[in-house]
Amino acid sequence: MKFAIAVFCAAHAPSSRRALLFARAALAGGHEIVRLFFYQDGVYSASNSVVVPQDEQDIARQWREFVSAHQLDSVVCIAAALRRGVLNEEEAMRYQRSAVNLDAPWELSGLGQLHDAAQAADRLICFGGP
Amino acid sequence: MSKSLLVISRQAPWSGPGAREALDIVLAGGAFDLPIGLLFLDDGVFQLAPHQDAKAVQQKDLGANLQALGLFGIDEVFACHHSLAERGLTTPASAQPLDSAAISQLIDRYDQVITL
Repeated sequence: MKFAIAVFCAAHAPSSRRALLFARAALAGGHEIVRLFFYQDGVYSASNSVVVPQDEQDIARQWREFVSAHQLDSVVCIAAALRRGVLNEEEAMRYQRSAVNLDAPWELSGLGQLHDAAQAADRLICFGGP
Repeated sequence: MSKSLLVISRQAPWSGPGAREALDIVLAGGAFDLPIGLLFLDDGVFQLAPHQDAKAVQQKDLGANLQALGLFGIDEVFACHHSLAERGLTTPASAQPLDSAAISQLIDRYDQVITL
């Protein structure tokens, strides 16, 4: 089955970890992930400036490694990310900000990518939200 | 044929960017001519309250975005009747009120659902 996965919560939220476990299980079960889309506070799940205590799970890092290892199409909503200070080099330069906390394997793009993924997938699975 | 998407908006307009971001999904879908529905549920129905003064809480008014729904071809706009009544709101002109049985049917009718 083809899955589109949307994440609406930060890496420290339990549902971000659940989304990661779901994504791993989907691939392990022979399914396809057409795209991961990070929206609202989900953009924090893609931030590479998250630091966690040594005895806690670093979910942001695990996301990054998982996406890189499987070369998944992973989009962070640009409007949601800018609002929350999650910037790649290009956007940091554009808005003259000193911090860059988003790089490969993430791509910044618009909400059209969420709709496109939902259309291409058999199932849209959402994690997080109110 | 395109898959249909129901966005369930559950956040009050003053509670953060949630309401605006839910609406942005709807408008983006409309821009792509996708079959999109919007249901206001729980505190989301506050987005439909009349005479709002967003400036008083130093926010931007969501009203203009809501009015844009028609322009983006979004005609399927609903509000939970129970949520409206619970908050003392009258039925708005811009959204069709639904009881819980009708909401269940509505969710069944759409291929995909996003709740924000």
